[in-house]
Amino acid sequence: MRLRSHQIILWIAATAAVITFSAVRWWPATDDTAAVDSAFTPSFALADSEGRIRTTAEFRGKFLLVFFGFTSCPDVCPTTLSEVAQVMDDLGSAAGSVQPIFISIDPERDRRLGLADYTTAFHPAILGLAGSEEETKSAAASFKIFYEQEADTSSPDGYTMAHSPGLYLIGPDGAWLRQFTYGTSAPEILSDLQSRL
Amino acid sequence: MKHFLLATALVLSAPAAMACETVTIGDLTVEHAWSKVTIGAGRPGVFYVEIKNTGTSDDALVGIATPAAGMPMLHETVVQDGIASMPHAMSIPVPAGQSVQLAPGGYHGMLMGLTTALKEGDSFPVTLSFEKAGEVTVNVVVLSLRAEGPDCADAGQ
Repeated sequence: MRLRSHQIILWIAATAAVITFSAVRWWPATDDTAAVDSAFTPSFALADSEGRIRTTAEFRGKFLLVFFGFTSCPDVCPTTLSEVAQVMDDLGSAAGSVQPIFISIDPERDRRLGLADYTTAFHPAILGLAGSEEETKSAAASFKIFYEQEADTSSPDGYTMAHSPGLYLIGPDGAWLRQFTYGTSAPEILSDLQSRL
Repeated sequence: MKHFLLATALVLSAPAAMACETVTIGDLTVEHAWSKVTIGAGRPGVFYVEIKNTGTSDDALVGIATPAAGMPMLHETVVQDGIASMPHAMSIPVPAGQSVQLAPGGYHGMLMGLTTALKEGDSFPVTLSFEKAGEVTVNVVVLSLRAEGPDCADAGQ
């Protein structure tokens, strides 16, 4: 009997842990109303393709369009980067006020495959960043986004990446403004940006 | 020999209109086969297509093969609870009387182990294997990075 109640308590604890874990894991990425909650200021310090450390501080005064992805991603990442490229073209003379940034969540492989030729192929304005594992984790945490490596024998090198596919808008003061969910069209992103410029 | 065939296939660059070709096998119609430019050969390419089943029995796409890539596989982009992942699709249902699209953000062929980088205007064959209808080969046109699909708006074609 005594053992039974222990078991019940353990089951309750395990269930609570699962619920807590799920909440922590899913809450940030599903939250479209982050801007309504207390404002936060994401930050990163990550190497660009030439090894220079780039930080959020150097982009104050500009809007940032930040996307986390990996260059071996055949479907989601090219779709979003194509939208970003279209937005940059359509901004015309205002493009100088917006810095698009691609942050690799698969930095070691992306550095090896070449980061700059990838981002440039979409648009020369896109800055590709690939830091260490620790720096990448820290950047993702500050944006409240999720990513993880998934073992997959049917993928190149035996793994693929699961990640938050949103596009994040940061204001000239460095504060988080909003997320554009995956699939938001270039004209929608453009009109949002134009209303702020 | 394989390389020679591939080179021949790629040299025979086709106009984008080729993506508007329609191939049929049994009750299945396969059209709008396209791919996107890749940045180098070290990253996987992608394969999109539309399949229409005009028959009365369900079928399923169970595999793809192409001389352009050593390891082509079917995948599905799934965005669940704000996280995108890309599980391997063992088979893609093509129900009776319905159309299925392999399109950005959903089912797609992932072309791993590309023999050569895919360039805009190139074309290469992909053989689709269906559970019941068997195999059919389509020509796949490589469109630009920003393409959202072939432009086949002209109903007369």
